[in-house]
Amino acid sequence: MPSLQVEGMTHYFGGLRAVHGYDLRVEPGQIRGLIGPNGAGKTTIFNLVTGRYTPTEGRITLEGEEITGLEPHKIASKGLGRTYQNLRLWRHMTVLEHVKLARYSKIGYGLVGAFFGTSRRHREEAEIEERANTLLELVGARHFADQVVTSLPYGAQRRVELARALATEPKILLLDEPTAGMNLEELVQMMDIVRRIHDELGLAIFLIEHRMKIVMELCDVIQTLVFGQVIAEGTPNEIQRNPAVIDAYLGKDVVT
Amino acid sequence: MIFFQNLVNALQLGSFYALIALGYSMVYGVLMLFNFAHGDVFMVGAYIGFLVSTGLLTLANLGAVALPTWLILALTIILAMFLTSFVGMLVERVGYRPLRGAPRASAAISGLMIGIFLETFVLWLGGPKRRSFPALIESTTYELGGVIVTNKKIVIVLVSMLLMLALHLFVRRTKWGMAMRAMAYDYVVVPLMGVPLNTIAALTFGLGSALAAAAGVFFGIAYPVLDPYMGIRYGWKAFVAAILGGRGSVLGAALAGFMLGFIEIFVAWIFPSTWRDLIAYSIILLILTLRPHGFFGEPYSAQLRL
Repeated sequence: MPSLQVEGMTHYFGGLRAVHGYDLRVEPGQIRGLIGPNGAGKTTIFNLVTGRYTPTEGRITLEGEEITGLEPHKIASKGLGRTYQNLRLWRHMTVLEHVKLARYSKIGYGLVGAFFGTSRRHREEAEIEERANTLLELVGARHFADQVVTSLPYGAQRRVELARALATEPKILLLDEPTAGMNLEELVQMMDIVRRIHDELGLAIFLIEHRMKIVMELCDVIQTLVFGQVIAEGTPNEIQRNPAVIDAYLGKDVVT
Repeated sequence: MIFFQNLVNALQLGSFYALIALGYSMVYGVLMLFNFAHGDVFMVGAYIGFLVSTGLLTLANLGAVALPTWLILALTIILAMFLTSFVGMLVERVGYRPLRGAPRASAAISGLMIGIFLETFVLWLGGPKRRSFPALIESTTYELGGVIVTNKKIVIVLVSMLLMLALHLFVRRTKWGMAMRAMAYDYVVVPLMGVPLNTIAALTFGLGSALAAAAGVFFGIAYPVLDPYMGIRYGWKAFVAAILGGRGSVLGAALAGFMLGFIEIFVAWIFPSTWRDLIAYSIILLILTLRPHGFFGEPYSAQLRL
C-alpha cells in the first residue's frame, strides 16, 4: 500500500487551472522529488494534499485511507507532516514549545493538571521533553531547546521547523524547498539530516526543491511539473536526460 | 488619606476595565480581529448575572433551597461566566466565522451589528427600565487609618486578580493556551500540528466572554444599576486599554486596564469631574503616540490574519 496516493487531481482557482490530472504514488520509505519552474503549481499540490485547499476533482489517500476534503488538522493527525518554503515559526516561543505543540493531540492532561501540576502532567511533560530532545538531537538543535526561535541562526530555524513536523509522528513528510535561502554549509547539513530522517525513522518523503544537485542526490523518483501538469517522471538519471524536461526547465546547458 | 481612598477606588474601576480588556486583547491577538461586540457581551454577562442571582435569591426566599448569600454570590459569578462564554462562542460562530475570508472591515462591521443586536435584544426582552442588581454582599465598611474600604471592593479586586492569574496560567500552561499563542504568531501551520483552529477560535471567544461576564457581575455588585447601553460606555474604554496593553498580551491588557482606572479616578480627583474623560483620554492618546504598539506589543507587525 502506498504511503500517499493521488489520483486524477485537478484544481481550479476561479477560471485558472492550477493543477491538471495529477497522479502520485509515494511508496513507504521512498524519497520523491517534485521539480518545475516557478508558478508550475508545486506548492499548490502541497496545499491540496495537506487540505488547505480542497481539490476540484480527484482523490487523495493516505495509507489507503481517503483524506480528500478533510480539514487540515484531521489530515495532519492521520500522519501527514509538512514544512513550508518560507519560515513559519512562532516568533516568541521557545524551540521546545514548538515541538511540544506538535504533540497537541497526545497531551492528555487538562486544566487541573496545568494549574496544579498533577503527577499525570509531570509524567506526560517528561515524556514530551524526552521525545522532543531526541528529535532536536536528530536535527542538531538540542542545545537550542530553551531559546526563543527568533534568536537562532537561519539554518537552525529551518531545522527546528523540521523537528516540529517530525514531532507530529508523520508517516509521510512533505518538504517544500528545505534548503531555500541556505548557505552551502547549512545546505550540506540539511541534506545530511533529511537522509538521516529517512534512514533512522524510515519515513516516506516528498519534497519540492529548486537546487538540482539536491534533488538528484536525494530522490529515488522525480516528477517534473510544468503549468500544473506532469511532463516527466522517472529516476534522476532519466529526468536529467529527458529532452522535454531539459527544454522546459533545466535549460539546454549543463545540468548541475 | 484621600490619595489612598482614590487608590482603592481606582483598583476597583481598573478591575472592570482589565477584565473586559482581556477579552478584546485575546481575540485581537489570536485572530487578528477587533471584536466590537465585546462591550455588549459584558452587558449581557451583567444581565445574565442579574437573572441568575435574582432567581437564586427568589428560590432561597421561598425556602425551596437553603443557600447562604456567599454561595449565591459564588454561583452567580460561576454561572454567569459559564453561560456568557456560550454567548461569546455564538458571536464567533454567527458573526465572525462566516466572514473569515472577507475583508477585515466586514468583520468589524459584523461585530458592530451584533453589538447593536445584543443591546436591542436586551432592551426588547427587559424593557428600557434600569435594573437594580440584588445586593449579594451585605456591605461592611472597614476603616484603615482613615481609608474607607468596603468588603465588596475587596472581593471584587481580589477575585478579579485571581481570574487574571488563572487566565495567565491557562495561556502559559495548557495545550490550548499554547495553541492560542502559536496562532497569534502564525496560524497557518497550527492545523498541521493536529490543532483544530475553529475550536481554538471558539475557546478564545468563550474565555474572553467569561471574563467579561465576571466584570459584569462585579459591576452589578459595585454600582447596582444595569442598563442595555452600559456595554458601550465601558466596552470602548476597555478596548482602549487592550490596545494600550499591546496586541495579545495578557499582562499588558491587565496593566493597561488598571492604569486606565487610575488615570480616570485621579484626574477626577484633581480636576472637575466633567473634565475627567477629556483629560484622561488625552493622556492615553499621548502615550499611544509615543508607544503606538502599546506596552507589550511587537513594534513590527508582519502578522498574518485568519
